[in-house]
Amino acid sequence: MSLFKIFDVSSSAIAAQSQRLNVVASNLANAESIAGPDGQPYKARQVVFQTQSLGADPAAAGVKVAQVVQDDTPARRIHDPSNPMADADGMVTMPNVNPVEEMVNMISASRSYQTNVDVMNTAKSLLQKVLQLGT
Amino acid sequence: MTATLDFQAAALGLQAQRAKVLASNIANADTPNYQARDFDFSVALAQAAQATAHSPTEPVRTHPAHLSGTGTTAPAPVLQYRQPLQPSLDGNSVDLDTERAAFAENSVRYEASLRFLNGQIKTMLTAINGQ
Repeated sequence: MSLFKIFDVSSSAIAAQSQRLNVVASNLANAESIAGPDGQPYKARQVVFQTQSLGADPAAAGVKVAQVVQDDTPARRIHDPSNPMADADGMVTMPNVNPVEEMVNMISASRSYQTNVDVMNTAKSLLQKVLQLGT
Repeated sequence: MTATLDFQAAALGLQAQRAKVLASNIANADTPNYQARDFDFSVALAQAAQATAHSPTEPVRTHPAHLSGTGTTAPAPVLQYRQPLQPSLDGNSVDLDTERAAFAENSVRYEASLRFLNGQIKTMLTAINGQ
């Protein structure tokens, strides 16, 4: 039954989008973390999506998170001499998290998540109608 | 006797196939370099109808008492790439609005095929019961 494959496709997308949402949450939570476990300021992370073929069928293409990469944009530096992490010039290195970008990312991830749930619901209701065939 | 059901059954199979292709497009809406795909439904349906009408495939019979079936195999529809309306920088050609609209339309058509099939089955059942 071809429609069952939709559940595999959409659930892979939902899993990938929720991982993206997870990364956004961790970026936003650490937007002000000037020192991580290694003593360095937090670096933003981004997910990289990749198409994942499901079985031999060329028509069904799922998604997976290929890797989580560290964002290499330069860190934000602010002047705050009272901070214990300040250097000789009184500058503190902040994480390179861009809250605006992260919010846009969050909205995009949540919209994609919702769309895939809708697709699954439609497939489910169609399959239920198939079960009632001939009754 | 069930030959009249074949056309709707073929349409149903193709609509399920198309739903899968569109679901893949929607799932990959954020994947870099993914190209949206679709197939020409009318061409695929014409091919499937021709396959059921003209080229029945014979199953392998290993015993003389085996029945000669008339199963048919329609060719798989040819997947094509969609022309992007607004190409994006990451090489992804999925337009989520187009895909959602196509998916909704395809679902309605799938349901319509199911209803036609149901009607034909009901008609046949009425004839069998003879009431």
